[in-house]
Amino acid sequence: MATETQTQNVSVNNFEQCLKCSICTVYCPVSAVTPEYPGPKQAGPDAERYRMKNKAFFDDALKMCLNCKRCEVACPNDVHIGDIIQAARIKYNTHRPKLRDMMLANTDFVGTMASPFAAIANPILKLKPMKAVLHGVMAIDKHRTFPDYSSRKFESWFKKNAAALQDKFNKHVSYFHGCYVNYNYPQLGVDFVNVMNAVGYGVHLLEKEKCCGVALIANGMPKQAKRQGEVNMTSMRKAIAQGHQVLTTSSTCTFTMRDEYDHLLGIDNHDVRDSISLATRFLYQLIEKGEIKLAFREDFKKRVAYHSACHMERMGWVPYSTRLLRMIPGIDFVMLESQCCGISGTYGFKKENYERSQAIGKGLFDQIKEVNPDCVATDCETCKWQIEMSTGTPVMNPISIIAEALDVEKTRELNKQ
Amino acid sequence: MTTVNNNHYDVIVIGGGITGAGTARDCAMRGLKVLLVERHDFSTGATGRNHGLMHSGARYAVTDHESAKECIQENMILRKIARHCVEETDGLFITLPEDDLNFQATFVQKCTEAGISAEIIDPKQAIIMEPSVNPELIGAVKVPDASIDPFRLTMANVLDAQLHGAEVLVYHEVVDVIIEQDRMVGVKLRNNHNGEELDVYATVTVNAAGIWGALIAQMAGVKINMFPAKGSLLIFGHRVNNMVINRCRKPANADILVPDDAVCVIGTTSVRIPIEECDDMRVTPEEVEELLAEGMKLAPSLGSTRILRGYAGVRPLVASDDDPSGRSISRGIVTLDHEKRDGLAGFITITGGKMMTYRLMAEEVTDLVCQKLNISKNCDTATTPLPGSEPKEETKRFSFSQKAAEGRHGTLDKEIESGDAASDALVCECEGVSVGEVRYAVTKLHVHNLINLRRRTRVGMGTCQGELCACRAAGVMCSDDKSAQKAINDLNGFVNERWKGMQPVAWGDNLAEAQLTATIYQGLLGVDKLANERRIEYYEI
Repeated sequence: MATETQTQNVSVNNFEQCLKCSICTVYCPVSAVTPEYPGPKQAGPDAERYRMKNKAFFDDALKMCLNCKRCEVACPNDVHIGDIIQAARIKYNTHRPKLRDMMLANTDFVGTMASPFAAIANPILKLKPMKAVLHGVMAIDKHRTFPDYSSRKFESWFKKNAAALQDKFNKHVSYFHGCYVNYNYPQLGVDFVNVMNAVGYGVHLLEKEKCCGVALIANGMPKQAKRQGEVNMTSMRKAIAQGHQVLTTSSTCTFTMRDEYDHLLGIDNHDVRDSISLATRFLYQLIEKGEIKLAFREDFKKRVAYHSACHMERMGWVPYSTRLLRMIPGIDFVMLESQCCGISGTYGFKKENYERSQAIGKGLFDQIKEVNPDCVATDCETCKWQIEMSTGTPVMNPISIIAEALDVEKTRELNKQ
Repeated sequence: MTTVNNNHYDVIVIGGGITGAGTARDCAMRGLKVLLVERHDFSTGATGRNHGLMHSGARYAVTDHESAKECIQENMILRKIARHCVEETDGLFITLPEDDLNFQATFVQKCTEAGISAEIIDPKQAIIMEPSVNPELIGAVKVPDASIDPFRLTMANVLDAQLHGAEVLVYHEVVDVIIEQDRMVGVKLRNNHNGEELDVYATVTVNAAGIWGALIAQMAGVKINMFPAKGSLLIFGHRVNNMVINRCRKPANADILVPDDAVCVIGTTSVRIPIEECDDMRVTPEEVEELLAEGMKLAPSLGSTRILRGYAGVRPLVASDDDPSGRSISRGIVTLDHEKRDGLAGFITITGGKMMTYRLMAEEVTDLVCQKLNISKNCDTATTPLPGSEPKEETKRFSFSQKAAEGRHGTLDKEIESGDAASDALVCECEGVSVGEVRYAVTKLHVHNLINLRRRTRVGMGTCQGELCACRAAGVMCSDDKSAQKAINDLNGFVNERWKGMQPVAWGDNLAEAQLTATIYQGLLGVDKLANERRIEYYEI
């Protein structure tokens, strides 16, 4: 009996399955630039044994982890190394989040506050004295610029301009737009609606949408993240009950809701997980099945370099976005070597992380400068800020590129039933 | 290595286990001129091959009142004098449905009589206190068991003996005794590294060689009836329990699960073996099966936890002198004054007892030594903290390896270089051993090879069992003693030693780990081909 049970050896986050091969440490972007960081293997499965003995073995160096999950992609034995580290931060970290971290984490709240004052807030946040105050008082690095707040939220645009038109379609999806689309860049949401409508899908908002919580998890506020996650799951269950897939245009929101909810927050999402998808993946799969067709403008010409966001790598979904982009006849497509850009959401905004953040991204920035594309394509909004700030090259979500290249009339014709 | 300047001593202590180390400390603290000799490394015998359990005495309460009383007294003393070797975990004695719950009342009563605090706990409360415990338990008693590191404890005693002037020779084996008329006047030693022999003399020689003490006595023409009993144990990859878990019944096989450092240990079995086998004990598949099956009754999750290795130790059981048949075994401390017993002056054997009661054993034998030397000095070992266990200074430890090193060396960690990248670099990632700690061990703690280093620092004791750390450690040691070939031979020996313990439990992830290790050391580095000395030193294993 005893030896039989030994064949079913399973452990939390597979931490016992670690064979100490250290491949994860080789792929860790932080280890590559910071010798003080013990690396994912040591910080994860190794030190976990000691943390189980005594929580005092929690090492503040774990805060250097980007949660990029590249260690998990590299692991040949399916150890959830990044999860072990994040779970340890949630469980053992004794410091309460600072005001700065609370502000950075509450993208939802800050966005709601800032949007009505966008016209004033945007220029003020760019002023040197303001940046100096943020740097000195809030420890938000002076090199960073907050993404502009939009004066009109995506939700408002949708209700006014699009909502009424959606019911006339035969097929429907729900859209989790995320904070970035809602408060900073509604155009991406508009592009998404246009593309989905062109291929014959009506778009609907969720009954209630909260920030996915990724920044809350990263900044030590798991309880709030869990509350918000539960709201999202409830709304999504309702959408799924109507036969909707829930689509997103952000790789990180998607990853958080599909995997981190279960692994880090203990939210039961097993009945929802498979229905959450990235828009590019959804479109590509429909095209593959022959259910939809895209037609592109002949005059569209663009040199596009694709950057693989870390959480896209973790989900294994990079090919969906890149194959979709490669369908555009006028695209001059360049695949960038997969590297972390260093921003990792709110991580790079913190003064103590700025230099490390830029050192991590340097290889990527150099590549982009060498390739010299018209734009960089990526599925993650924070990668966009980092790459735009560090290279000056504009960055677009693949959905926006598709929307720009799409021959809407022709596509509508092709997808008429 | 300590050089022997003047080869006449008040007392020679044979055996670098905890009894010998403790005796050397006590003798040195009472002002005697002491030589401690050990044929291999410290704590290679029974001392380094037990549970690492600091008994409360509860296990013996029902069957052996005297032992139980000794245990709880020493338990309380060790918490004070050996703080850095002890983790105050407390222990549970659980009753399972198949056990007799009536035993619990007797158990608690006997514990109380021996001075052991034994508190009956509601089974539901016990599960909250120790979530890994078998949820089917019907009774639980909380006792002051704890976890203790025998390697550290031995080393701390040796260090203190040295601080009080004792000289220490490791890898020096007693090959003969020197007897003049009816008195033992010294011993003949062989240096096990180079084969050289030397004679050393003392007024009194203390035989603290554990089971091997029977062989020392034999050299002196004295007979001690010893019954070697092998006990096997399994080490798991990480802790499942944070309290010691025992079965509340008469002591039996595999009924103690102890959390030690980052691992936990289940044991033991008990098999009589001939004394010749004591130098090369193997854990059998039947023993593994029994340990696992019984262990799962204490904590079911052991069934699905990775097992790192198996090992076996030998209990030095001694026949009572008053029983001519030799069948009646004394579990208590046995001090044999061979002058009175056998007419051989200058020779004393200290044996029996337990690791738990080493200090008391040392006190008893040192009292006798002092009596022979006509010295009257009180024993201070019960009140003087061991080196490393002095009151804690308020220092802030930040990194993982600094915290781990403080755990291992107590206040002596201040001697470990740190603060620069070269010293803080990790040699052993599983156990958080830095280059600085390895250097400290090599220069201060009698380290001659990687296996010695492992006993001092836990290098190679973690999940990877030397896969990554062994070659790094060999590198650090090599750059320190400039001998590459020696380091390669050492590395080869170390990896084989690790494999010996993994072999009895080589399946699943542990086997995959071993294969990766073999690929690195054989396939990639060719260490087995580079080594020019393949003598397998069983006693080291």
